[in-house]
Amino acid sequence: MDSSTFFGISTLAYFLAMIMYITYLAFRKAQIGSVATTITIIGFVSQTLAIILRWKEFYDIGQMGILRAAPFTNLYESLAFFIWCLILGYLIIEYRYKNRSFGAFITPIAGLALAFIDLTGMSKEIQPLVPALQSNWLLAHVVMSFISYSTFALAFGTAVMYLIIRSDKRTEPSYIFWTVMVGIFVVILVAMGLDYLKYRVFIQRPEVLIKSYLFKTTFKNESGIISILSWIVSLSFIFFLWRYGYIFKKVLNSFSISPDTLDEITYKSIAIGFPVFTLGGLIFGAIWADQAWGVYWSWDPKETWSLITWFVYAFYLHARLLRGWKGKKIAVVAVVGFVTVVFTYLGVNLLLSGLHSYGALE
Amino acid sequence: MEKTNKGIVDKIWDFFASVKLAIIIFAVLSITSIIGTIIEQNAEPERNIRLLTKFFGPDIAPTAFRVFDSLGFMDMYHSWWFITILLLFAANLIICSIHRLPKILKLVREPVKPLSEDHFKGVGIKREVVLKGKPEKVKVTIELAIKKMLGLNPSEIKEEKGYQLFSQKGSFTRLGVYITHFSILIILLGAIIGIFFGFNGFLNLPEGEVSDVAFSRNGHERPLGFSIRCDDFNVDFYGNSDMPKEYSSVLTVIDNGQEVLRKMIEVNVPLKYKGITFYQSSYGIVPGSGDRGVFIFRITPSGGKTEEVRLKFGETFKIPNTDITGKIEDFSPAIAFDQTTGRPFTYAEQMSNPAVYISFSEKGKQKYSGWILKRYPGTWNLPDGHIVEFVDLWGIQYTGLQVRRDPGVWIVYLGCIVMAIGLYIAFFMSHKRLWVRLIEEKNSTRVIIGATANKNRQAYERRIENMLDFIVKAHEGGH
Ligand code: HEM
Repeated sequence: MDSSTFFGISTLAYFLAMIMYITYLAFRKAQIGSVATTITIIGFVSQTLAIILRWKEFYDIGQMGILRAAPFTNLYESLAFFIWCLILGYLIIEYRYKNRSFGAFITPIAGLALAFIDLTGMSKEIQPLVPALQSNWLLAHVVMSFISYSTFALAFGTAVMYLIIRSDKRTEPSYIFWTVMVGIFVVILVAMGLDYLKYRVFIQRPEVLIKSYLFKTTFKNESGIISILSWIVSLSFIFFLWRYGYIFKKVLNSFSISPDTLDEITYKSIAIGFPVFTLGGLIFGAIWADQAWGVYWSWDPKETWSLITWFVYAFYLHARLLRGWKGKKIAVVAVVGFVTVVFTYLGVNLLLSGLHSYGALE
Repeated sequence: MEKTNKGIVDKIWDFFASVKLAIIIFAVLSITSIIGTIIEQNAEPERNIRLLTKFFGPDIAPTAFRVFDSLGFMDMYHSWWFITILLLFAANLIICSIHRLPKILKLVREPVKPLSEDHFKGVGIKREVVLKGKPEKVKVTIELAIKKMLGLNPSEIKEEKGYQLFSQKGSFTRLGVYITHFSILIILLGAIIGIFFGFNGFLNLPEGEVSDVAFSRNGHERPLGFSIRCDDFNVDFYGNSDMPKEYSSVLTVIDNGQEVLRKMIEVNVPLKYKGITFYQSSYGIVPGSGDRGVFIFRITPSGGKTEEVRLKFGETFKIPNTDITGKIEDFSPAIAFDQTTGRPFTYAEQMSNPAVYISFSEKGKQKYSGWILKRYPGTWNLPDGHIVEFVDLWGIQYTGLQVRRDPGVWIVYLGCIVMAIGLYIAFFMSHKRLWVRLIEEKNSTRVIIGATANKNRQAYERRIENMLDFIVKAHEGGH
């Protein structure tokens, strides 16, 4: 069996797990919950095997060292690794807090992301690394960045849930904030998904292709009508989310998760993510740059956005710990933090032309 | 007079000691940094005018550019105001730490004391259990459990109706945050040293040439204090693609007329001499250098011994033990052949696929001719079994070196290590305290456990829970 078989199994497992988690939420039978957890673990183990196998496949075909063959170096592989970390983080939380409610949210994200990767990007080809990328510091940098990104993603999830539970009126800033934020996230994801479904590009250099394909199906469509229509549909979607968002509150309330637990998970995730990000995202990144071309810090957009992310989470920690920011206010900061993470990862490549991206100095 | 003075000093002190300022600075740094990623830094003015046109329209863009430019936004991270914010940030960090440190140090040094009954009510973690037997006996089990399960070494005092055991661990971890903050200052210091005493430039050095200077970004010469020579430059590609797998240069350092060091550098493997580091960063063809190039061939006549020859464009060579001579008639740094016509053309200004066109003749009579490609051994074989290997064209490529002297980099690295340690202590270690009161009751002892941890309380609580299980079991077992 090769890596894609195992990726397939884990995709399937995550979807099955999603169904079980939802069933569990509906009937609250402990056995169903255990089945859901077991299936998630199976998915996780199989994804782990898939990653290891893919690593080995790379190593066998490639002309590079074992560490160089680590399958984390392009957009898709790093996304898969991100999902892996997310599931791991979720399983830890489930075990620690003895609460399965989040499973219904996390597993579909994982399943969708893997299905999406399988459908589009995961070309079987090996992408050789340009010399600057052949560095163990870079590998450590990428791996640790993604570990911290997944903790920030968990914090984002729980912070949004917190905002949902704690907002009462549609006119409240926090309510407007979460509906608009989630709305934009979904719109962007769907628009990107449509691009991939339409063009089916077998990506070699994601950054380049993203530049020429992104949103071409929707907002940037050659036909002006479709482009306008996309805007209308997106805006109406966000409006509907705003109009009917309270339904989510009802759903969440039925899970019996206390807002305090959510807040605590948000904080804990960030408290783990922050040091990992500092070390892996910033320090190792700087060491890599120093080794590769002799400048540990050059203020290029990608580096700068990592630093901004760092400042936002430092803001979170200090505001919470020392200024006594609580509740919705601090949850908003956690959400903003993850927006900067996503921007660092995707936005810099998509929107700002950085010499950094993944393949600087060519 | 003195009073008001002091008042102002106090005010300034308080201003810098406040965490509110820190939070404001985080926000300000984030927002200004975002602007710096949108406006392209150190770019040609036209690029940013074009960018500004998108935001403000063509009428206002030039004015907007002038305003932004005069405010330093075109090289924002080195502008006076951005540096000022960074200095404020550092001042904030220093003064805030000085302000708080005495209290923290006291907390760190303070030995743990027994807790009064009132205070026992206030601690974060509390457990109670009643065990059979006298306090003296119960105490032994509990002491053992504390040592074994928590790694603490408790002191004890006698109380009115029994004993109190108390202990703490990790009080130093309260300093983790300060270590983290300090590390930021170390890194800033290293960066400042680098800016003032360092040099960051480049040098494009053709194969075979020597230089005793490097160039800064704006083209100024900068003496190295020694000379450096590029002996050779080479690129390896992945398979038949044009994707470079590795590129490397052989460099020789010449100091006081002596060759003191010779090393091959690659992209992640620089050369360092007298505090100056040479990084392999790019490469290219020296314009108009065609006649400087030296072609290197390795020639093996069929059945004979291999010989190496070096020659220039237009020169001829002889295949040993034969009357065949070859003449280089054409050259392409990156040859490709048209799909339909088969005509050769040059597709890149790089040595991506170098090839020479050689015509061979025997005793003055034209024999055969063709392209020999460096990267394709199949083209090296001549029709009658001789082999002409195209080894290299030497002397027309330059190696692009990033040249840096940064006496601050070690301080930055030190700061990074300190930061890693500080963060580990701040986030993953905690100051744990434990008090246990043993109160004698009829035929039994009431055990009251109180504990605090400044971080990660749940984990500590679980360990105490486990300890309690252990105590109960051990005690029952002892009966
Ligand atoms: C980017 C720079 C900074 C980083 C990375 C940083 C990091 C940290 C961290 C990790 C903590 C512990 C938070 C927690 O346990 O949740 C902390 C606490 C703290 N920070 Fe910072 N900090 C920075 C800048 C500052 C600045 C400029 C000030 C100036 C006022 C400051 C003042 C404090 C104080 C007073 C504490 C609490 C210390 C205590 O608990 O005794 N920090 N910082």
